[in-house]
Amino acid sequence: MLRIKDLQAGIEGKQILKGINLEIGAGEVHAIMGPNGSGKSTLASVLAGRPEYEVTGGSVTFNGKDLLEFSPEARAGEGLFLAFQYPVEIPGLSTTNFIKTAVNEVRKYRGQQELDAVSFLKVMKEKMKLMEMDQALLTRALNEGFSGGEKKRNEIFQMAMLEPKLAVLDETDSGLDIDAIRIVSDGVNKFRSKDNAVLAITHYQRLLDYIVPDFVHVLYNGRIVKSGSKELALELEERGYDFIKNEIKEEAAA
Amino acid sequence: MKSDIYHQDKHIDSEIDIIEQTVSSEYKYGFVTNIEADEAPPGLSEDIIRFISSKKNEPEWMLEWRLKAFKQWQKMEEPNWAHIKYPRVNYQDIIYYSAPKQKVKPGSIEEVDPELRKTFDKLGISLEEQKRISGVAVDVVMDSVSIATTFKTQLSELGIIFCSMSEAIQKHPDLVRKYLSSVVPASDNYFAALNSAVFSDGSFCYIPKNTRCPMELSTYFRINAQNSGQFERTLIIAEEGSYVSYLEGCTAPKRDENQLHAAVVELIAMERAEIKYSTVQNWFPGDKDGNGGIYNFVTKRGLCKGDYSKISWAQVETGSAITWKYPSVILKGDYSVGEFYSVAVTNHFQQADTGTKMSHLGKHTKSRIVSKGISAGKSQNSYRGLVHVGKNALNARNFSQCDSMLLGDKCGAHTFPYIEVKNNTAIVEHEATTSKIGEDQLFYCNQRGIDTETAVALIINGFAREVMNKLPMEFAVEAKKLLAVSLEGSVG
Amino acid sequence: MNMDLIRDRMLAFKHNEDGVGFSKIRSEAIDLFEQVGIPTSRNEEWKYTRLGGLFQSPFTFPEMSMEVIEYSANYLPGHDTANIIVFVDGVYSSVQSKVTSKGLQIMSLEEGHKKYPSFVEAHLGDSQRYIQDGIIALNTALIHGGVFIFAEKGKLIDKPLYIYHLVGCQRNNMLSQPRSLVHIAPGAQLQIVETYVSIGQKESLTNEVMEVIVEEGALFDYVKIQHDAVHANHLGTTYIRQIGKSVVHTVNLTFQGKLVRNNIQIIMEAMHSEAYLYGLYVQDDKMHVDNHTVVDNRVPNCYSNELYKGVLTGHSTGVFNGKIFVREDAQKINAFQSNKNILLSETATINTKPQLEIYADDVKCSHGCTVGRLDEEGLFYLQSRGVSEGVAKALMLHSFMMDVLEQIKDVELREYIDQLIVNKLHLS
Repeated sequence: MLRIKDLQAGIEGKQILKGINLEIGAGEVHAIMGPNGSGKSTLASVLAGRPEYEVTGGSVTFNGKDLLEFSPEARAGEGLFLAFQYPVEIPGLSTTNFIKTAVNEVRKYRGQQELDAVSFLKVMKEKMKLMEMDQALLTRALNEGFSGGEKKRNEIFQMAMLEPKLAVLDETDSGLDIDAIRIVSDGVNKFRSKDNAVLAITHYQRLLDYIVPDFVHVLYNGRIVKSGSKELALELEERGYDFIKNEIKEEAAA
Repeated sequence: MKSDIYHQDKHIDSEIDIIEQTVSSEYKYGFVTNIEADEAPPGLSEDIIRFISSKKNEPEWMLEWRLKAFKQWQKMEEPNWAHIKYPRVNYQDIIYYSAPKQKVKPGSIEEVDPELRKTFDKLGISLEEQKRISGVAVDVVMDSVSIATTFKTQLSELGIIFCSMSEAIQKHPDLVRKYLSSVVPASDNYFAALNSAVFSDGSFCYIPKNTRCPMELSTYFRINAQNSGQFERTLIIAEEGSYVSYLEGCTAPKRDENQLHAAVVELIAMERAEIKYSTVQNWFPGDKDGNGGIYNFVTKRGLCKGDYSKISWAQVETGSAITWKYPSVILKGDYSVGEFYSVAVTNHFQQADTGTKMSHLGKHTKSRIVSKGISAGKSQNSYRGLVHVGKNALNARNFSQCDSMLLGDKCGAHTFPYIEVKNNTAIVEHEATTSKIGEDQLFYCNQRGIDTETAVALIINGFAREVMNKLPMEFAVEAKKLLAVSLEGSVG
Repeated sequence: MNMDLIRDRMLAFKHNEDGVGFSKIRSEAIDLFEQVGIPTSRNEEWKYTRLGGLFQSPFTFPEMSMEVIEYSANYLPGHDTANIIVFVDGVYSSVQSKVTSKGLQIMSLEEGHKKYPSFVEAHLGDSQRYIQDGIIALNTALIHGGVFIFAEKGKLIDKPLYIYHLVGCQRNNMLSQPRSLVHIAPGAQLQIVETYVSIGQKESLTNEVMEVIVEEGALFDYVKIQHDAVHANHLGTTYIRQIGKSVVHTVNLTFQGKLVRNNIQIIMEAMHSEAYLYGLYVQDDKMHVDNHTVVDNRVPNCYSNELYKGVLTGHSTGVFNGKIFVREDAQKINAFQSNKNILLSETATINTKPQLEIYADDVKCSHGCTVGRLDEEGLFYLQSRGVSEGVAKALMLHSFMMDVLEQIKDVELREYIDQLIVNKLHLS
C-alpha cells in the first residue's frame, strides 16, 4: 500500500530525514518509535504534504501512485489520514460543519455522491456510537476549548468518518491519561480492517499495549535503524533509547 | 528531488494565483433596467428642493422643514476624520430626484410596470405576495421613489402602518411631524442635513402598543438611474410593549462613476418595545481596479426612549466603494439595551469606516458590540466605535469585541474605539484582535481533503458566526453566500 | 500668553543667528506652526485635551541668565552618585549638571553640534519630521539652551542619568521649553529618569521635546516622573527611534500637575527590536492627564508590549490614546496593548482610545481596555477578614498598580515611587 524509498526531507534547509525506507501493506499496523528529534513528526508531515517541509530525495508511492505529486487535500482524497499531534483550532466553525465539508469533499474526489444533510447525520450517528463520541463535542467550534483528550478523540472520530486507507497517528498518546489512551485506541482498533493500515508514531511503548503493532521500527537521527516485532517496543521500554544509540555507535566503530 | 521541489513551487504559485484571482468575483446585480425616468436636472438649490417637494405634493410644513435643513447643510463642512480617502464629491453634479416613469400610479402590485417587476424578480425580490416566503412584507424603493409595498392590508388589520415615507407624509402627517428628525436632527452631520433637504422616499413603519409584528418587515433599495444619488429616509416607531424585526437590502448597477447614497434611519422604541434592524448591504463596490461604486454615507440611529426597551442592529456589509456608517443607540430609558453586530467585508479598493455609538444615559443600561472586519485585496477596513457613559448613567455595562482578519498583505485593518466614561459605577470592557488565517489552519483543512478555497470560506464563516447567528434565518443564508462571493479567491 | 507674543518671539529667533546652524530647522518649524498653530480639539490627536485656555493666559519666556534653584527636597534616590542634568526654566544649566559615569557625555546642544555636526544635523528635529504637530513645532521654533546626551559605543552606563527640570514661577507664569537630543551608540546602555519641579505659586507650562536615537545592540531605559506642583502644566514629547536592533523600555508615571500631556512615540526601524511601554496615572482634584503613545512598526519581526493603568478620583479627567501602527510589509509583528482604569469617584472621567492601524497581514496584534470600579467582592472579602475599608482599598489599589510598578527595575527608585503613590492616595 505504502512504499517509502530512500526518503530525504527537511525544513528551512535543515536535513531531517536522511533516507527512510519503509513498506506498509494492507491490514498491517506499523509503529515508529524513536527519541525526541529523531524525525518522527517530520515523517508524518512529509507524508501528509505539510508545505513548510521540503523533500530533497527519494520517493513515496501510495497504492501505486506517486504520493509526493499530490496536494495535501488530494492525498486525503487518495486515502491518507493524519491524526495531528496538535490539532488546530478554528474559532466559530462547528465541528459538524467541518466534518461534513471534509466528508463531501473527499467523496467528490473519490467520485462518490455527496451526502445530503439527512444521510450525513445518519452516518455520523452510527460512527458516534461506534467511537463513543460525545454529541456535545460536535456542536462546539472545531477544537476550540477542547481538552487534550477531546481533541485526540475528535481526530480519531474524523478518521472514522473519512474512511482512509492509511491512518498516520502522530503522537496520538502524548499528553493523554491512561483512560483517554484506552478510548482513543479502542477507536483505532474498531477502525482496523484487512483493507486499511495504521502507522502509529509514538515515543512510548504504552500506546502499543492497546494498538498492537505487527511491526516496530526505530527511527534515529533521520534513519530507521532497527525493525522488529512488537517485542522490540518492549525492549525499548525496558532498556531505553540509549541502548539503540550505543548499538549504533558500536556499529560505527566497527 | 527535483520533481518534488517543482511541485512545491507549483503549490505556492497556485496559492498566489488564487490571491490574484480576486478579480474573478463578479458583482451579479450590476445590470441596468431600461425604464424612462422622471428626473430633476442635476444640482442642488432651493428650487430643486421645491421641485422635489412639489413632485411629492408635500404639505407646506414639509417644504419648510427641508429648506431649513438645506440652509444648515450649506453652513456645514464635509467630515474628514474617517479613515477613508476619496475625491471631493461635486454636489452640483448629482441628480437629486429620479423616479421610474409609470403610466399610471399603481393602485395595486399587479399594476406595477412589467419592466420594473422583471427587475425585482431578477434581484430575487418578488413583488407578488403569493410567491414570496410568507412572513416578509416588502417596501421596494427604486432611486427616489417607493415602487410597491406588500402585505399592507394584513398588517393594517393589526393597526401596523407599513408604507412609503411619501405616503406617510400624506396620510399620517401627525406621526411624521412628531418623530421625523427627533433622533437624527438635520444638523446632526453633513450627510444627515443633505438627506433632510432632499430625501425623496423611504419606509415608514409604526407598531401600535402591545403588538408583535407577525412578519419581518423589509425594504429593498435599488439605485438604477445614472448620476443620481439615493437619499432615502426610514422611520420606525415601536410603541410600548411592541416588537418588530426589520430587514434592509440594497443593490445598484455597475457604473464607472461613483454614486452617492446618503440615507437616514431613525428608530424609536418606547417602554418595553424591541426593534431589531438587520441590513445586508450589497451596493456595487466598484470594479477590481477601484472604478465606480457607491459612496455610502449613512446615518442610522435608534433611541431607546422608554424603560426596558431594546434596539439591536445587525449588519453584513459587503458592498460600496466607501462606507461611512455608525448605527447607534441612545440608551435613554432605564434598563434599556443596545446591541450592534457587524460583519464588514472589504475587497479590491473598497474602504469602510464603520462601527457604532452606544450612548448610555439612563440607569442600568447595557450595550454589547461585536464587530468582525475582514479585509482583502487592497482594501482598508476600519472599526470606529464610541461607548459613552454619561454622568447619570448608573451601573452602565458595555462589552465590545472587535476582531479583524486580514487576507493578503496589501490590505489594512484598523480599530479605533473611543471610550468615554463619566460615571464610576460603569463597567466597560473592550477587546480587539487582528490576525490572519493561519497556515496551520489551512493545512489542517487540506489534510481532511478540503481545498484551500473552501477552507478559507469555512474559516471566515466561523470567524463571523457570532454575528451571522443574529440575522433572521432567510437573511443569514443570503449573507453567507454573499460573504463567499465577496471574498471569492482572495486568499491562498 | 497670546499668540502675538509667540509670533514675536519666533520672529526674533528667526533672525537670531546666534546658535550654530539651527536657523534652518527653526524656520521650518515657524512655517509649520504658522500653518497648523496650537492644536484644537478638532484635531483627532487632541480630541479630549483642550489647549486653548492654556495659551490665553500670559506666560513669560525664560531669560538666558539663570538663577540657581534649591531643589534638594526633590532629589531622587541615589542623587549623589548619579549623573545629573539640570534644566532651569527649560534651559540647560551646565553649572548644576555633572557626569559621574565613564562613557557618558553631556554638553549643550550647540557644543554637541560643533563636536558631532553630522549626527546632530541628521537627527535634531526628527520628531517634527514624523508628525506635524503645533506643540512640537513651537518647541522647535524656539530651540535654545538644549542639551546633547551621548552614550558611547559599547559603554554600559553604570549610574542612571537624572534630569531635573526646575522652573521658577515665583513672579510670573513661566513657559519653559526644554529640548534634548540623546544618542545611544551601538551596544551602549543608558537609563534616563526625568522629573519636574516648579517652584513658586504662579503657573508653569513646560513644553518639552526629547529625541532619542537608539542604535544596534543598544538599550534605552526611560522613566518619566510627573509629580510637579498642582499648578504645573506639562506637554512632553519623547520621540524614540530604534534605528538598529535594540530594546527600549519606558515607564511613564503621572501623579501631580494641572494639565499633563505625555507623548511617547517609538519608531521601530530595525528588525527584532523590542519596545516595552508602561504607564501609571493617579489623579485627583481637577487634574487632566493625557497619555498618548505611538508604536510604529516599520519593519518585520518586532515585538512590543504596552500596559497603562490609571486610578482616577475627584473631578479629574484621564485620557489614554495608544496607537499601534504596523506598516505595509512589516510582517510577523507581535504587538500588545492594554489600558485599565479604575474610577474611584462619581465625578472622574476617563476617555480611552486604544487603536490598531494595520497594513500587514501576518501579525498578532491585540488591544484591550477596561473601565470599572474597585472590585467590590474583593473589598468585601478583605473587610470580612477584619481589614478596615481604607486599608482594604489601599491594598487593592496597590495590587492593581503592581505590574506597572514592577517595571521600575531599580529597587530604591521603585520604593521612592511607591511612597509617592501611597502619599498621593492618603493610604499610608
